[in-house]
Amino acid sequence: MTQDAGGASRNTSPSARKTVVRPGDRIFSGSAKGAGTFILLMLAAVSGFLLLEGFPAITADPNDISLLAGESFWVWVGPLVFGTLWAAALAMVVAFPLAIGIALFISHYAPRRVATTLGYVVDLLAAVPSVVYGLWGGVILAPALQPSYTWLADNLSFLPFFAGPASGTGRTILTAALVLAVMVLPIITAVSREVFLQTPALYEEASYALGATKWEMIRTVVLPVGRGGIISAAMLGLGRALGETLAVAMVLSATGVISLNLISSVNPSTIAANVALSFPEAYGLNINALIASGLILFAITLVVNSVARWIVNRRSEFSGAN
Amino acid sequence: MSLARPGAPRPNAFAAGKLNSQVPSLLLVGGLALSWALYTFSAPEDEDYQVNLILVALTGIVFFTLGLVAVSLRVEGRRKAVDRLATVLFTLSFLIALTPLISLIITVVSRGAIRFDGDFFTLSMRNVVGDGGGAAHAIVGTVIMTLAAGLISVPIGLLTSIYIVEYGAGKRLTRWITFFVDVMTGIPSIVAGLFAYALFEILLGPGTRVGISGSAALAVLMIPIVVRSSEEMLRLVPNELREASYALGVPKWLTIVKVVLPTSIAGITTGIMLAIARVMGETAPLLIAAGFSNNFNFNIFDDRMQSLPNFVYYSYIAQGSVPEAYLNRAWAGALTLIVIVMVLNIGARLIARFFAPKLGR
Repeated sequence: MTQDAGGASRNTSPSARKTVVRPGDRIFSGSAKGAGTFILLMLAAVSGFLLLEGFPAITADPNDISLLAGESFWVWVGPLVFGTLWAAALAMVVAFPLAIGIALFISHYAPRRVATTLGYVVDLLAAVPSVVYGLWGGVILAPALQPSYTWLADNLSFLPFFAGPASGTGRTILTAALVLAVMVLPIITAVSREVFLQTPALYEEASYALGATKWEMIRTVVLPVGRGGIISAAMLGLGRALGETLAVAMVLSATGVISLNLISSVNPSTIAANVALSFPEAYGLNINALIASGLILFAITLVVNSVARWIVNRRSEFSGAN
Repeated sequence: MSLARPGAPRPNAFAAGKLNSQVPSLLLVGGLALSWALYTFSAPEDEDYQVNLILVALTGIVFFTLGLVAVSLRVEGRRKAVDRLATVLFTLSFLIALTPLISLIITVVSRGAIRFDGDFFTLSMRNVVGDGGGAAHAIVGTVIMTLAAGLISVPIGLLTSIYIVEYGAGKRLTRWITFFVDVMTGIPSIVAGLFAYALFEILLGPGTRVGISGSAALAVLMIPIVVRSSEEMLRLVPNELREASYALGVPKWLTIVKVVLPTSIAGITTGIMLAIARVMGETAPLLIAAGFSNNFNFNIFDDRMQSLPNFVYYSYIAQGSVPEAYLNRAWAGALTLIVIVMVLNIGARLIARFFAPKLGR
């Protein structure tokens, strides 16, 4: 059964081409379009439902929400936002230089034959579920780091970061940030490795021909050419670090304060970890407060990711790769 | 370098000093030996004192780096010395990244093996206090919820990527979808859980925690991954194939079903398997949306459902009267999870390698 498309059915001149639209085509393109629209609706639903469920917590009387302990919602959520940003920033300080080093090692230093395998090994790090990182961080890493925290507290306590007293369990914000760093490493590495591999070979050879050493070639060619990619890789890693839940919830012993101290037992919590820890026992308006804090996390990661995508897209318009 | 004294012959830039290729390895051995000697001989007089091998290695590497840079500076000049320093640092950063991976794998395998037994895969945690019990209920829950999430997200994701590549090129809707799929990739997993909870709270009343809610949360995380990977694979199909099909009078939808999809099916399958592996390890959304349970539950539409990642999390967070038993179960669960995820990952890569279409390049 065939059907004429609306416009072509008024077939006035014999030379006009008849466009045949089959029902199969119509169903197929319709469902494909519908699926695409569904994704947009779903994202709207995510923000809509979170707003709907989160809003009561912001407007309600703080005394009705036991989590807030009589304070306003913003006083409660402030330290959590600080902890989220602080832990992610610490993780990035550790992970970013390391990841760039690893990416350069794989793209420019490792022998070509093993480079792909090494890339897989780093990708394996990304495949490990976050709950396993949390378990490893809480049971293995935290006790292993504890002696060095004691040492830091004894010797470097004049710095506000190491003011002490050192945590007895090692479950500090620094440990959590280190676990986060391990988790975002493969993301930053994977993206920047791809960017470094796309450096035009002619530029590299030209640099060598001018007498540059390998490092000088990297500094003057590979890094400037890949700058946009490096920045967006960092932003993607930051987005992951901001939203990571379990690794922080299982490693950190949090009290919900604002503190720059990295090694004490009094640590700020993060939004995601706080939701994971409080949600199972929450009831009534407490749930709405937790959802509202999730909404704030959503907004933060949305901004970070949009900026990353914007940088990538802006760059791809005048990239030589396509 | 202005070392040339008046009267001395001017150094030849082309035959300038170059280190013998064995010098770096000799320096490495020397640095490690020096550091070991330092720690051994400065050790306090204590029977229990053991030399910390990690500290020895770290100090040795510092000695090696300093020595290499100093020697290179003396013989080869500043530029070469900086180059050598960069090489050492980049190699080191790779080795540093391997350390947590190796430590993690060794721990998970050695501790997970303790409870990696028959009971673990056949029993639930019903009425278990202390020793014994297993994670069979959690494995069942993970499989059911992941399959349901796949059933939701694979058709939607695949159809969306078909729309983006085949129908919507250059349209405004396509640009919107691409942008918002990118945005969805960045949704924190716990936010997906909160969304599913809020959705089902509105649909089914407050406090609802059911398996399908967990699946919905996983689907929110899975759809963008499926869309992105399938889109890339569909774009790899050469346009000549489509045009040849049109030239034979095949309608567009049949071209997609019979030509485009079979050509890219290996890549699409790989992407879907990687997406499944990714969401299978998600804990936070299921913690919020599906809750905990100690019992078997095969009905996705009723009651709470345990999952493997949550089993690990809960065993760790709520260690009961015999902490050792709970921790051992957690490690065994972690080992099971890693094995499943790795099998999916490796399987996906094998499919990509062996079933990829021969494009004649």
